[in-house]
Amino acid sequence: MGALTLTQVTKSFGRTDVIKGVDLHVDDGEFCVFVGPSGCGKSTLLRMIAGLEDVTSGDVAVDGTRINDLAPAKREIAMVFQSYALYPHLTVRDNMGLALKQAGVPKPQIAQATDRAGAMLALDALMERRPAELSGGQRQRVAIGRAIVRTPKLFLFDEPLSNLDAALRVQTRIEIAKLHRDLGATMIYVTHDQVEAMTLADKIVVLRAGRVEQVGRPMDLYNDPDNTFVAGFIGSPQMNFLKSGKLGLSSETLGIRPEHLSLDHGASMEPGRIPGRVSHVEKLGGETLVYVHTEDHGLLTVRLFGEQDYAVDEAVGMRLDPTRVFHFDAEGKRLR
Amino acid sequence: MMSTARHSPLRSLAAHGILLGYTLIALFPVFVIVVNSFKNRRAIFADPLALPSAETFDLVGYKTVLAQGDFLQYFLNSMTVTVASLFFVLLFGAMAAFALSEYRFRGNLLMGLYLALGIMIPIRLGTVAILQLMVASGLVNTLTALILVYTAQGLPLAVFILSEFMRGVSADLKDAGRIDGLSEYRIFFRLVLPLVRPAMATVAVFTMIPIWNDLWFPLILAPSEATKTITLGSQVFIGQFVTNWNAVLAALGLAIVPVLVLYLIFSRQLIRGITAGAVK
Repeated sequence: MGALTLTQVTKSFGRTDVIKGVDLHVDDGEFCVFVGPSGCGKSTLLRMIAGLEDVTSGDVAVDGTRINDLAPAKREIAMVFQSYALYPHLTVRDNMGLALKQAGVPKPQIAQATDRAGAMLALDALMERRPAELSGGQRQRVAIGRAIVRTPKLFLFDEPLSNLDAALRVQTRIEIAKLHRDLGATMIYVTHDQVEAMTLADKIVVLRAGRVEQVGRPMDLYNDPDNTFVAGFIGSPQMNFLKSGKLGLSSETLGIRPEHLSLDHGASMEPGRIPGRVSHVEKLGGETLVYVHTEDHGLLTVRLFGEQDYAVDEAVGMRLDPTRVFHFDAEGKRLR
Repeated sequence: MMSTARHSPLRSLAAHGILLGYTLIALFPVFVIVVNSFKNRRAIFADPLALPSAETFDLVGYKTVLAQGDFLQYFLNSMTVTVASLFFVLLFGAMAAFALSEYRFRGNLLMGLYLALGIMIPIRLGTVAILQLMVASGLVNTLTALILVYTAQGLPLAVFILSEFMRGVSADLKDAGRIDGLSEYRIFFRLVLPLVRPAMATVAVFTMIPIWNDLWFPLILAPSEATKTITLGSQVFIGQFVTNWNAVLAALGLAIVPVLVLYLIFSRQLIRGITAGAVK
């Protein structure tokens, strides 16, 4: 009871095409994350599903019913905004209950629903406060509570964690994941942060310039990207791209993740060894990131386990794990 | 008040000095009016700057004003015209500003410019046409005529200021309202208007004072005894050869009071709005 289907959906503002024909199916109960760089159209797409933006052409359907022309309130959706968007003049309880009140639900039922959502999000003690008296994290929980109360077919999240500090972001991310397990509802989540995408999603949709680049489970995208854009966008630090020609290979570009490069000291010239100089070292305790400048391929990143001793300007050499490389053609498409 | 190291006492003294000086200059005419309205005629001319003393104190001005003409009616007229015009300026101004800032439609920018054009063109240039219009529609010598003209006069600035402020209201908040099923009117009245209250107060003050003080339109459109405003009513004491200064000063002194009360109401709102934003 909450499957979303987009069919050839487009959106133009005047002459600018923002969404250029998106086809997508999200199953009932799935957690789907739209991810992409800023300006890729992911928020616009979400707002089109919500009914806050008109669809220029194509169909948006929930459970097989076309909802293009329904008002946002009639679509049985709930949305959580980046800026919380709580009503400043209402208490936490009234903020959460407003949609039900508008829909004409009797008062005792509203109280029951808000109490349940309050308990779920540990907001019990704050029900009579106003948004101005709450901290950022509490406000975002109220915003999520407001969405839960409506028991919608679709939850829409528009970068809900961007305004929170790092520690709270991790905590709220876990809460959202838990919420998804408890409610089993369909959720569409927009973010530009690929870590959020990887950790939350059942299905990731990578968008670029209004087009879907690839759809898949997080590990499928990580281990089997379709093109250089997805390969570069998913995974942190970014995948290294090397010039295949310099390595004597036929493809245009060769991609390898930082953890699949091995590093050793010294400047010797052996076949298969890529020489370079250390330009920067980041020690994170659990892992060490070494940035190596190479003559042929520019700056490459190597991720090493644990603490490693490499000095800046030291001559080093790298080896590729040949089973973990990806080949791409001149347009950036993957060669399989 | 937070004091930072950069604020030297000398600088703040200079700032206060300048501001106090300005306040004195601005309030001086008001002071002279109020002081002299309590003195007898001879004392006004003998020493206009002196405070009323036991022998110069005289309420003759106020007595004249209250005895002659229907000053209560004039006050009521001024009050009606000002409050009604203010209400319509704020209501229509805010609605137009909401439409301009919130909705994308063809000609949005042109419409905004057209509405703002009124700031640059004085409405008095159209006096003849306005008078013809009022005669044709039978509105001469009614307060409605004044309210209509003042509403038109106040709208351009109101639309201009309010649309800027409304662009600053969180778009997410309005969208949240839409998803929760609030009508556009509820979103406008319940979500947006309370958030632009400081701007509304600013517009109210800037709109109210010219209306209250205006002599031109009451003189032309509504000079009858029943529709005279206080500014026009005070003119009966100013003659070509003799002017009853006691009465004029008393009338002006009284005329300050209502507008001062209105100003205090709005400026409280204004300050509350500013501090609410700063503390949050």
